[in-house]
Amino acid sequence: MQPSLRPESFLEGGFADPVLGGQAVFRCIMQAMAEPGTVQPISHDLQPPEPMTATMAAIAATLCDADTSIWLDATLAANAQVVKWLGFHTGAPVTPRADQATFALVGDIGAMPALADFAQGTDSYPDRSSTLVLAVEHLDRGMALDLSGPGIRDSRTLRFAPVPSDFIAQWAANGARFPRGVDLILAAPGAVACLPRSTRVRQEEG
Amino acid sequence: MNTEARAFDWAEAPAIATYNFAYLDEQSKRMIRRAILKGIAVPGYQVPFASREMPMPYGWGTGGVQVTASIIGPDDTLKVIDQGADDTTNAISIRKFFQRTTGVRTTTATTEASIIQTRHRIPETPLTAGQVLVYQVPIPEPLRFLEPRETETRTMHALEEYGVMHVKLYEDIARHGHIATTYAYPVMVQGRYVTDPSPTPKFDNPKMDQCPALQLFGAGREMRIYAIPPWTEVTSLDFEDHPFAVQAFDRPCALCGADDVFLDEVIMDDQGGRMFVCSDTDHCNGRQQAGHAGEQET
Repeated sequence: MQPSLRPESFLEGGFADPVLGGQAVFRCIMQAMAEPGTVQPISHDLQPPEPMTATMAAIAATLCDADTSIWLDATLAANAQVVKWLGFHTGAPVTPRADQATFALVGDIGAMPALADFAQGTDSYPDRSSTLVLAVEHLDRGMALDLSGPGIRDSRTLRFAPVPSDFIAQWAANGARFPRGVDLILAAPGAVACLPRSTRVRQEEG
Repeated sequence: MNTEARAFDWAEAPAIATYNFAYLDEQSKRMIRRAILKGIAVPGYQVPFASREMPMPYGWGTGGVQVTASIIGPDDTLKVIDQGADDTTNAISIRKFFQRTTGVRTTTATTEASIIQTRHRIPETPLTAGQVLVYQVPIPEPLRFLEPRETETRTMHALEEYGVMHVKLYEDIARHGHIATTYAYPVMVQGRYVTDPSPTPKFDNPKMDQCPALQLFGAGREMRIYAIPPWTEVTSLDFEDHPFAVQAFDRPCALCGADDVFLDEVIMDDQGGRMFVCSDTDHCNGRQQAGHAGEQET
């Protein structure tokens, strides 16, 4: 039997230029993390298999490698092409345990576990915590959140949708654990925004 | 095809073709990038990282170089300063290193730079939003000279147990009548972590508070990265009856006449002749071009 000459689809869709492509995506994420709540436009050429979004794939390909474990939510973990794509393009091991994940990729925010279920780090090593990448649909509509903290001059308003359930209370509990806690990268089509654990969130009135 | 061996022409080469962009391999950059993001998320906390060998000795800024190499891109404009000066050995060698390995534009003008790598000064010209200041840090642990054991200092940070630092500052007052620490003056970042501002003169400490630029710190030998995001509260430790104060100079810069800057003492001859000039060469040149003049004796 002749082997197929058509490459498997999971081999495709990575960075055309991993060096400068990864650098550009990282600078977007760094700027978004340094100025929480700002929406940073992101440009890249990644084409991951559905249902993983392109922005989430770009973040994973930029930050993940064999040294970082990835936790996938049920919709992503159930898709063999997504798992294979991440394996080929990042080499990162997939872990079923949220509390041991360096990165967590959340495709379905409505079904995500509580923030407290992920790795929180320790008081001595707060960096040993999970960074959550959430596939959001919008960074310009949704619940208006009033942000304050490092990276924010006075206050800043962030809207995103969909929002995890009971988010205001969950985020307050995450902040109460400081310096432990998780950091969020919100991956929208064509843009990212970040909520590091140092950011305080209040729901805007009205 | 010409198969003759040809000597590598450094003058012609815009970058070292055989090395990756910015010298570091991609896996090292990813590791450093992850540490930078954690550092930004926990301002002032020292993130351990697997510091790499760089083609320069420890003490020459390998930590800062690794941070710069991990964030720099082709669109960046790089400025490198050593004690405020663009034209001293360390600044020139690091600037050339990145010119060769990345081909990015370099500048001496603070206002034109997107990344400023610094050894022991913060530019006099106020930094702006979007700029990144990368510090070269020799000893990142502010408590190290008070407690040599890493296991202990790590626990002290975890428990916010900083009494020993206040005792040190108090002993300064008991001995000298004032807080005699003049460089690497400890700061409190966002009310949580006591942090070493790297051995900058304490004159620069107020510039760190509510700075619009992102400040990243790299310590290569000690394998630590930490960060202060823009618009973050940075306070210098002090006492109510001995408030923090910066150095004051009794004369202006001899070249540009500035009286609100940090000055270097320059020995002019072996007869005791001396001159006090701006440590920030870009700021001083800019002022001289704008027509300001000091009382330089010729």
